[in-house]
Formats: sequence, structure tokens, C-alpha cells
Amino acid sequence: MDNQLSTTLNDTTQYIVINLGTEQYGIDIKYIDNIVRMQQITRVPQVSPYWKGVINLRGEVIPVMSLRIKMGMESDEATKNTRIIIIKMDQHEPIGVMVDSVKEVVTLSTSEIERVPQDSRENGYVCGIGKQEQGLISLLDIELVLQDM
Amino acid sequence: MDVSQYLDIFLDESREHLQSLNNNMLELEQDSENMDTINEIFRSAHTLKGMAGTMGFKRMQTLTHDMENVFSEVRDGNLKVNSDMIDVLFQCLDALEGYVTIIQETSDEGDNDNQPIINALNSCLTGKKAEAAAPAEEKPAKKSGGKKGTKSKAAKADAKTDEEKKEEAPAPAPAVSMKLSEEEQKAVEDAMMANRKLFHITVTVQDTCLLKAARAFLVFKAIEDHGEVLATNPSTQDIEDEKFDFVFQILIATDGEIQPILDAIKTVSEIGDAVGVPFSGESAVSAEEQPEEEKAAADTEEKETKEEKAETLPAPKEKAATPAPAAAQTPAAAPAKKPAGKPAVNRTVRVDIEKLDSLMNLVSELIIAKNSLVSSATSLGNNSNQLNDHIEYLESVTTNLHESVMKVRMVPIESVVTKFPRMIRDLSKKLNKPIELYMTGEDTELDRTVVDEIGDPLMHLLRNSADHGIEEPEIRAQRGKPEVGSIYLDAYQDGNNVVIEVKDDGNGIDVEAVKRKAVERGVITEDQAAVMDDNDIIRLLFLPSFSTAKKVTDVSGRGVGLDVVKSKIESLSGEVDVKSKLGEGSTFSIRLPLTLAIIQALMVVVGDEKYAIALGGIQTIEDISPSDIKTVQGSEVINLRGSVIPLVRLDKVVGVESKRSPEDNMVVVIAKKGDKLAGFIVDELIGQQEIVIKSMGKYINKCKFISGATILGDGEIALIIDANALM
Repeated sequence: MDNQLSTTLNDTTQYIVINLGTEQYGIDIKYIDNIVRMQQITRVPQVSPYWKGVINLRGEVIPVMSLRIKMGMESDEATKNTRIIIIKMDQHEPIGVMVDSVKEVVTLSTSEIERVPQDSRENGYVCGIGKQEQGLISLLDIELVLQDM
Repeated sequence: MDVSQYLDIFLDESREHLQSLNNNMLELEQDSENMDTINEIFRSAHTLKGMAGTMGFKRMQTLTHDMENVFSEVRDGNLKVNSDMIDVLFQCLDALEGYVTIIQETSDEGDNDNQPIINALNSCLTGKKAEAAAPAEEKPAKKSGGKKGTKSKAAKADAKTDEEKKEEAPAPAPAVSMKLSEEEQKAVEDAMMANRKLFHITVTVQDTCLLKAARAFLVFKAIEDHGEVLATNPSTQDIEDEKFDFVFQILIATDGEIQPILDAIKTVSEIGDAVGVPFSGESAVSAEEQPEEEKAAADTEEKETKEEKAETLPAPKEKAATPAPAAAQTPAAAPAKKPAGKPAVNRTVRVDIEKLDSLMNLVSELIIAKNSLVSSATSLGNNSNQLNDHIEYLESVTTNLHESVMKVRMVPIESVVTKFPRMIRDLSKKLNKPIELYMTGEDTELDRTVVDEIGDPLMHLLRNSADHGIEEPEIRAQRGKPEVGSIYLDAYQDGNNVVIEVKDDGNGIDVEAVKRKAVERGVITEDQAAVMDDNDIIRLLFLPSFSTAKKVTDVSGRGVGLDVVKSKIESLSGEVDVKSKLGEGSTFSIRLPLTLAIIQALMVVVGDEKYAIALGGIQTIEDISPSDIKTVQGSEVINLRGSVIPLVRLDKVVGVESKRSPEDNMVVVIAKKGDKLAGFIVDELIGQQEIVIKSMGKYINKCKFISGATILGDGEIALIIDANALM
């Protein structure tokens, strides 16, 4: 995936491709601060089920959510491929998102992305579909995911 | 001249001066004849004007100037203080504060001229002109020929220059231009007897000069040959200690002429200028000031050092031949009868709060690192006493370090409460109720971040007391209370907390009215209302949108207030409580932790999870047999040494399975909140530990009883349980 990382053309966007179950999702790389391996998560009582708890990331306490539960799938089972993606958006505290595995970084040009109109979004968070030879990637509107808490 | 680098200092100092003006003005309102206060006001106003002028804020300068004119007339006895005038002056202070705020936001003073206030100020002055038709001291005004702030960059020096310039005009009689001690006075007289010539020399050091004291020393050395130095201003000692800006004055007796002396002085390098004027001894001390002079002189030095800021150091004399009057003498003449006040300025360093924050963060990191070291040493086993000794030493150092840093961050709550007397005064006028505010414990210290935040809640409470608490004067009279309502603001430290109480002797809270209202609004049901005790009902007031005020005023009564107070205080990890007796008054008390970042906590185990409970609230830890548990109204309680204490099973609260069998004795942590006790059942105790509180962020803090998280020595995270929220 190195050669793909190197080029950022004007009308292209880089996405990190993650796996949730059998599906592929893409998260805009500009929101991603870090990707860490699964580690001990401290449970926090009385919060929504999609919150797995908090982790210690180099001295910072960061909340971690399960993207699976958030997306309405069955809950995660941690494997050696499980990763926590640290998302950092402007004016927001960092947040960890737990995913089954991280596959690669892809660069999609606008022509390869099919926008999903706002009103026809089924489970809310997919804002577009990326078309690649390897298959389709559902592009997540991560801002929307974080707004919806 | 680029002054932008002084902007912060300017803002800080302006605020200080405005605050001192506010305070003194309040005093003046009480005692309109007090010359000390008037002098004090005059000085602050004056410095403020000078500072504004230096910084190029013309509008602010103009307004201050007009205000100062009024004070100057008052000080000279040409104008009497009356309540209209005080009102105008207060408006003026508000307008100045407005300027300062705008300057802070935009670095520019804006374009509001505040002309109405200026007009009002001027009409105060003309009013006086009419009544005191022909005062003798209508001196030819505005002799302000000299350019102001000749050399010095410092706003202070400028301020003084202005002062002198200003004071040349209305000064009634010539007076000393230097403070002379008795000995110095004597020396002057002797010198005059001996027919020597006296000169007053003002030496200005270049503002790039680094070793001012050394240059001053060379100056003295240079003039030694020409004559005898009788006095200096500031004192020789202060000059040696470099306690002067860039200017000092010398009174010299010589047999020769002035010019050679000045030339000699100018040969010293880095001396900007030296100006000499003949000094006429007779006017040194005006007659009526004689008796005070002694006291004042003794007082002067002390004041001089203490009040560096308020007083500033002497400034360049104008080239005008008339000895500039009163300037230096004003502070000296202010006798020491001011109540043993705190020094206006301590020896301090202004530090950006961000630097302190990062220092605090580093200390936090250090404590986490220390905790890791402790835990790895424990896991190594207890075979090295030396290691343990070192670790204990490290622990004591980090604890002390933390305390010191914490102390550095502590500021007296004075900075927020000083504005309240003024606020109460205004409210009292607005509401037409005579109200007096009594404050104690203004020197109580709290973490800077907390102090910054408590201003608004306190203001809410005070407004509440003034508006709803204190009754109309007629009603008070009927009830046999003094017509003037009293509000007390008391602050004191209580263990690891600071308590701030707002108390009034007003109407108190009408529990029945609150109850009716609550039922009416559907906050509680009739049945609930029937079983609630008075305190619970009063606490309903803290719910959002709950106001029982019969009339809504613009002071308070919109139903936003108490709930804002509560949420604000809780966001600072504090709590607020209220006690009230109908007809006698109410007391709101705010309890705040001394510091927010690092606390001593008791570590406990519940199920297989570790939790921290702040040690501050914990009374005792008890070993209780399950058979001691009684059930009262469906909830579990224990009877501990005569008091019935409700139990909280933490395993149920956090939703884990307890590892203890139900037959075993239980570990119960007894915590206290106000006068309430509660027992928290935990599985195991780990021990006491210093923990660094980390926020969990806004996404996941929905859980009320978790106040944060902390990182343990092994890198694991433990959540902090807020026992108060569970009581």
C-alpha cells in the first residue's frame, strides 16, 4: 500500500479500509490520528452498549466505541487482528473506534466514489460507495457517527 | 514607540487600578471626607490615565482625565462629594472597564467616546464653579509645557509625569518636591544657614541602561567634589538597590554654581539627562503639615516599597522652573491610619497560567511515573530495602513538589469577590432596598481555575439574596428587623475543601410555596411532596427552570440561576447546599475541592474492577457482618454507633458480580456529604494512593457517579467514583 500513500491528487481522497464482519468500510484518513493494537479496555458502567470503555493511550484516557455495535451488528470478539483507530477531529477530543481489522489505505478519485444522497441513507453513516477492483467500500461519514451519541 | 509588548501588563494593571478605584469609591460613599481615600483614588485614576496615554488609548485617557479633574477638585476641597457625583463616577468606572475589555479583545479601545459621562463629569465640575465663585487658587492653569514621558518607556514613569503636569495647575500652595526626613530637613536648614546654594537635580538614566545602581553610584561619586548631597529621592538605599525606574532626584548643597555639577553628572556614561533647579528651602514643608511630617516620613519608606505599583517611583521633573508641587508629597501626607492593610503589591512574578498548567501536567506525569515505579518495585518482591528507601524518598519529593506547584496555582478568592460590594451597592439602589454586604475570608485560596469559575455562581447567589431574600424595607420594619438588610459572604477552608457561604437575613425560603409550585409544575407528585422533608423540597430549587419569585425583575427571577449555579459548581467537583428558615433568612453554601488535578484516593476492588474513591469524603472504613443489615422502607441500612446509615452496594451500581460470598463480612466505606452519611460496600481495599484525575471526555461522561479516570502504576485505568453523587 506504500505506493498508494505517496500520491494525493487534487480530487482524490485517501481512505483507510477496515473490515467489519464480511464488509469493507472506508474512513477518511484525515480524521485518523493513530491505529493501535487491541489493549486492555476499562469498562465504564452505565453507558450506551456501543461504548467499550476507556483505554490508556500514552497517558491520555481515551473512550473507545465498538463500530460493530454502533452499526447494529453483533458485538466484537477481540482477535489478534482487532485494532483501535484513534480518531481526532478539530475541536473534539480523541476517540477510539474498535474494528475487526485494518486492511489497507486506498486512494479514491471523485469518479470512483458514488455519493449516497442524504435522504436515502439506510443505516445512517455511509455517505458514499467507493468502487475498486477489489470490491466495493462503504465510506463512513465519521463526523456523523460521532455526532450521533 | 512599540507598546504592544506591554499590553498584557497594561490590562492587568488597569484592572487592578479599576478595582482599587471601585473599592475606594465605595469607601468614599460612606465617608466622603476621608482624605486618604480621596488621595488613593486620585493616585489610581492618575496612574490609569498615564498608562492609557502611554499605550495610546486616547479615549480612555480623555475619560480618565476628566474623572481625575473631578477628584482633583475634591481633593483640594473645592468640591463636595455627593451621591450624584458618586453615581456618575461609578458609571465612569464601568465605561473604563468597558474600554479595558474591548482593548483586551481587539487591542483597540473602540470608538465609544462616552461623551455623556464626560459631560456629566464636567457638569460636576462646573457645578462647583458656580458655588465656589472666586477661590484664590485659580492659578494660571496648564503649564504643561514639557513633553511627557521624556525618556522612560515604562508606563509608570509616564503616569507620574502626567501627575506632576496635572498638579501644577490647581496646586494651592508650593510644597516640597521631595520628601525629607527630619535629619534631611535639618541638613537643609543648616546648609541654608551656611549660605550655601541648594539645587534640586533630576537625573535621568538612559532606558537601555542595565546597571542603574552602578550608574547612580558614579553620579554620586561625580558630584561629591562639588557639593554635599543632602537628600535623594528615592532614598539612597533604594537607589543602591536599584529600586527606581530611570529617574532619581538629588538635593545638593554647594558653594559653587549648578552647571559644573550637571556637566560632571553628564560625563557618566548612560546618563540621559540631568536637570537642576534652585531649591528654596522655606517652602520645603508647609506649616500645617509639620506635625504629620514625622509620621509620614517614617511611613514613607515602607509605603514606597510596598506600594511600588500604586505609587510608582518619582519621575522626571519638568523643565519648568517652578518646583513641581505635591506630587511626591501626596503619598507621604497620607497618614498611616489606614487599617493594617495588606500590601498593595507583594513581591511577585507574573506567570502565564498556561505555563503553570504545563508544569502541573508534568508533575502529574511524574506522579504517574512514580506510581509505576512503586508498583514494579512491589512486584519485584521486598528483598531490597535500599530500593524501598529510595522509592519512599522519591514519593515524599513528588508529594511535596505537587503541593508546591498546587500552592503556586492557588490564588485568593479576593480577585473575584472584590467586585461584589459594588454590585450589591448598585442592586441596593436599583431594588430600592438598603442592603449591606459583609465579607470575610477574602484571602482564602483556591486553585486558579476554580477561582476563575466561581465568580458567576457567587454573583447569582448574591443577586438571589438581594432580590428574593432581603424583604422590602417596610416589611422588614414590620417584622422587627433592622431596615438595612444584611448579606454575608464568608469563605473559609475546611480540611481539603473550601467553603463559601452566602447568607442573608431576609425572608428565607417558603417551603410550602416551593412545594406548591413543584406540584403545579409536575416536578413532583402530591404523594412525593407529602413524604419529602423541608431540605429535600428546598433542593428542588436547584432544578432547571424553577423560580418562585412573585415578581420577575431583571435582577433575577427568570428561573435560570440556581440550576446554573449547581451545574457550574458540580463541574468544578464541588457541591452546593442550602439551609433556610422562613422569616429568618437562608444560607447557601458552596463546597469546593482545593485542587482539581491530583487527589488522595482510596483504591478499592469491586468484582474484578478497580475503582478510586476520593479520600476527602471518607469518614471511616468498617467491617460489617451481613447480619447487621436492617431494612428500612425497602432500603438497606446499618446502625453504626447510634446512627442509621444507608448502604450502597457498589457492585450493583457499577454492574459487576461481587466476588465475595454473601455470608462473609463486608467492607463498608463510610462517606460523608454535608451532614449525611452513607456506607459503600466494596469487595476489597487496596489502599491509599495519590491519583491524577484525567477527564474521560464529553462522549462518555453520561455516567453521573464517575467523576473521571486515573492511570495506575501498571498503566491500567481505574475509574473514580464520586461518592457524593450516590448519596
